[in-house]
Amino acid sequence: MNAHLPDKTPPMPLWEVFVRSKQGLDHKHCGSLHAADAQMALRMARDVYTRRMEGVSIWVVPSGAITASQPEEQSVDFDPMADKIYRHPTFYELPDAVRHM
Amino acid sequence: MGEPVVRAPAFHVEYILRLGDSSLILAQRLAQWCGHGPMLEEDIAMTNVSLDLVGQARLLLSHAGALEGLGRSEDDLAYQRDEPEFRNWTMVELPNGTGPHDDYAVSIARNLMVSALSVPLWQALCESSDKHLGAIAAKSVKEARAHLRHAAEWMIRFGDGTAVSHARAQSALDHLWPYANEWWDTDTLEREAVQAGLGPSLASLRSTWSESIDAVLAQATLKRPTDSPFVSTGKLGLHSEHMGYLLAQMQSLARRHPGASW
Repeated sequence: MNAHLPDKTPPMPLWEVFVRSKQGLDHKHCGSLHAADAQMALRMARDVYTRRMEGVSIWVVPSGAITASQPEEQSVDFDPMADKIYRHPTFYELPDAVRHM
Repeated sequence: MGEPVVRAPAFHVEYILRLGDSSLILAQRLAQWCGHGPMLEEDIAMTNVSLDLVGQARLLLSHAGALEGLGRSEDDLAYQRDEPEFRNWTMVELPNGTGPHDDYAVSIARNLMVSALSVPLWQALCESSDKHLGAIAAKSVKEARAHLRHAAEWMIRFGDGTAVSHARAQSALDHLWPYANEWWDTDTLEREAVQAGLGPSLASLRSTWSESIDAVLAQATLKRPTDSPFVSTGKLGLHSEHMGYLLAQMQSLARRHPGASW
């Protein structure tokens, strides 16, 4: 963005950001950003992802540290689950006393 | 019939105007980075600092307007006053660079110097005899701590970074250093404010300020500039040549369309 700065500067590494929106909930992935190190990534995440009161805790992880499932193996990985609705616990009669299930 | 107007003494209003105007003018300077920051993430970080300062300025100017008893709102004070009526420290009105280009090192060095003062200042103001000011301070001290952390971490990266970043950080520091003298030069107004329990004199925060600056400079491998006898006079309404341009940009819209809302 600054035209007079040397453009040889290598890009900073990418980090994945996880934010916990309130105590007791899980950290959820909310995006990624560039930063020189973990400390800077935390600071940047605070400004980029929690400035509208979205969170009470932040994790940052180097994007390269994440091993992801392969899109081409999607059918092998996930299709077999499509016809096994009995794995959902929806076939029980709930007593009236049990609410909020 | 409205509330009876109780006008606060002049030193009370002025003491708060110095704080409010300094927040407002620094916010305006930092806002100039919006969309021009060195990287997207940092652009947002710096804009957040600017917005915090706008928030502080709004509370302080509203309060000053109420104490003054002339019916002036925060907007009246921000947009309808002329240069000699502004009471901000000269340091905050200086441009974001020393040459033809803006220099991030200058903005970071200034934020470091200002926030290293703001933290102990807001902390002390929490105990102000002016309860309203105390409440503003309690909110602002947390913001100032974040600003100090932001500026200190960048200053250390610049100073302890490459030869170029080190040189630019050092020259930014050398450039701004003399303008801190304005803080340590206590005048009658400030003494009256101290007497009334309104808040501390800035001079009384000097050793705390020095300690926190020295700690950052040591880590940043930067040299503490030598003190000079120069004293700027922004808080008295006598500003640098840069102030007029800043106000022209900040006030032109509000002055061309008085009372406009959007």
